[in-house]
Amino acid sequence: MRRYVAGPGVGLGTALCTLALLAGCGGSDNGGGATSLNWFVQIQPGGSFQEVAKRCSDESNGRYQIELELLPTDASQAREQLVRRLGAEDSTIDVVGMDVVWTAEFANAEWLREFPEQEGRQVTKGVFDSVVDTATFENKLYGAPFNSNTQLLWYRTDEIKQAPTTWDEMIDEGEKIGPAGGLIQVQANQYEGFTAWFNALLESAGGHILSGPETVDLPKGPTDEALAVMGRLGNSPVAAPDIDTSTEDTARLGFEAGDSAFMVNYTFAYASAQANAPDVAKNMGFAPYPRVVANKPSRPPLGGFNLGVSAFSDHPEEAFDAAACLSNPDSQLTATELDGLPPSNQTLYTDKVVRKAYPGFADLVESSIDTAGPRPATAAYQDVSLAIQRSLHPPSSIDPDDVTSKYDELRSDLEDAVKREGLL
Amino acid sequence: MSVATERVRRFRLFRGETERGREERRLGWMLCAPAVIAMLAVTAYPIGYAIVLSFQDLDLRFPEEGGFAGLSNYGAVLSSELWWQDLFNTAFVTVITVAVELVIGMAIALVMYRAIFGRGAVRVGVLVPYGIVTVVAAFAWQFAFLPDVGFVNKLPLIADDKAWFGDRFSAFAVIIMAEVWKTTPFIALLLLAGLTTIDDGLYEAARVDGANAVQRFFRITLPLMKPAILVALLFRTLDAFRVFDTIFIMTRGAQDTESVSILGFNQLISRLNLGLGSAVSVLIFFSVLIIAFIFIRGFGVRMAEGRPGR
Repeated sequence: MRRYVAGPGVGLGTALCTLALLAGCGGSDNGGGATSLNWFVQIQPGGSFQEVAKRCSDESNGRYQIELELLPTDASQAREQLVRRLGAEDSTIDVVGMDVVWTAEFANAEWLREFPEQEGRQVTKGVFDSVVDTATFENKLYGAPFNSNTQLLWYRTDEIKQAPTTWDEMIDEGEKIGPAGGLIQVQANQYEGFTAWFNALLESAGGHILSGPETVDLPKGPTDEALAVMGRLGNSPVAAPDIDTSTEDTARLGFEAGDSAFMVNYTFAYASAQANAPDVAKNMGFAPYPRVVANKPSRPPLGGFNLGVSAFSDHPEEAFDAAACLSNPDSQLTATELDGLPPSNQTLYTDKVVRKAYPGFADLVESSIDTAGPRPATAAYQDVSLAIQRSLHPPSSIDPDDVTSKYDELRSDLEDAVKREGLL
Repeated sequence: MSVATERVRRFRLFRGETERGREERRLGWMLCAPAVIAMLAVTAYPIGYAIVLSFQDLDLRFPEEGGFAGLSNYGAVLSSELWWQDLFNTAFVTVITVAVELVIGMAIALVMYRAIFGRGAVRVGVLVPYGIVTVVAAFAWQFAFLPDVGFVNKLPLIADDKAWFGDRFSAFAVIIMAEVWKTTPFIALLLLAGLTTIDDGLYEAARVDGANAVQRFFRITLPLMKPAILVALLFRTLDAFRVFDTIFIMTRGAQDTESVSILGFNQLISRLNLGLGSAVSVLIFFSVLIIAFIFIRGFGVRMAEGRPGR
């Protein structure tokens, strides 16, 4: 980072863009007369995005040709690449593959076009309400819901007779087995997944992080319950040894290694275990995401991609059509079949493709998405997420018996974050 | 000819400057003009732009807001506990890595200098780590220390499930080791250059006078190498102070291992708060200037040391 002190590297970015244009990357028309559209989206290993891009290009009868521009799988890294381009008003982006938490930020920055009413109705037909909310900002639709995602509780049926319903029960059962086989895998690295975990716990306890785009909610009772769960697991002998650096991937690897009894993770974990650890997969049970309070249903994390149309695209009409095609039920089923991504369209859960991808737990995935607790919608989302990570990480720093000081720290950091004040 | 130009002419004559000297100086300026213009375009302009941004309230996510912010961005940075914490982290990594690198680098320089056979192979071998991209080196070290895929945890006397990046001390240890491994060759190379300038006759004379190897090192090598050592230290300290890649790959600043560069990155790229982020960048720039000032004024580093013809 030699150039770092010199500023945000605006000049370099411009130079690279110019090079890209010279190389023809930004060209809008190819020889056949089809408009070339660039779809920026996080890479998926199964190849479903390539497949749907090709199908939609073919179905457009020569109107447009969709080129895939792949972004890193890590959501933060993908976002960094996108916002640098969008911030520089880069017209090479036509269709934006957006993580569900980016909508408010991108829309407020005026980087996205609002979906016209007719297209809007078309792309949200049959889609979970919880998912449509993630594509909406100030009552305007900015994204076509493509796939959704949610977390389940995965456990070892050979160790655990009946899946626990609460976090406390789960930690009790794990501790009964001990660290040699009773580990619990979560996502608690200092990254976005940590915010997703805290939000799910708080939502499950009946609270919210924000009550409006710039107002902190954080009701004392539910927040204390959520913090106590984090602190208890963080200080428990059955927390995974790498809990402070754990991600979706380390959790999956840890579970596949065989010394874990429990894991909360997205649906990809099932197919992964089938492929990598058949012995573990044989005894892999699934249950709803654990509750925080016994008498309140859990509200699991909600993930997934929405497809937006860039405000700087030179071909918005074609881009809206492409976004609609890329996210239509056929495309969603392709993503389910090849990459195990759950559809955002609720009516698809009876389809045989979905039943086959989630043997025995398709209904559980559906109800989990339906009752999920979305992360807060605010243009200052990054600030909010960073503040949560800063004040609560690592989970072992939370004293489960007395969370008052952590609560105060979190509250004051969040008050600053929604006002976008101070360093984060 | 006006009185003023006549005065200038007399002054120049007084200084012993000839017409020819002036011509040469002009030619000199013209020859280096392209380089100066390029430097201004790629260095002075971005620095100036960052300074302008740092006085503004500018957040790309909130295009309607903004305006002149005065010193409030600087106030926000300097009053933040985080800035001082990260400044401490950065200084800590800088001091430890540069100190370790100086000792190892000196040893390697002596080996390279004294190598009797395979001199070329030794020098190339030593330089390999420096030729590896920092991000690649950081990933290699990270993988080595990951409990599930790395080899370090499988070594004897090390707990199999030790999460190296899970606590501050061990995370810093790995970061510093990776930095030292990567940049020691740079120091060694600069020191080797200093070693070659020492006249062998001095050692022979000392030997005749009965000085042993330790005395020769401390009485001859070190004093004569002082300029080279200070230049090496200055370059490496400035470099180490901007540590970014290794920490970014390994912890992304978690476990309280964040450096000021990562802090700036978070404000600029994650939060898109260009005003606040530029203030951090400008403060880093001033920190670097202060370090350079201390070296040049305090320790008397002379960048032009050893230049012939003076």
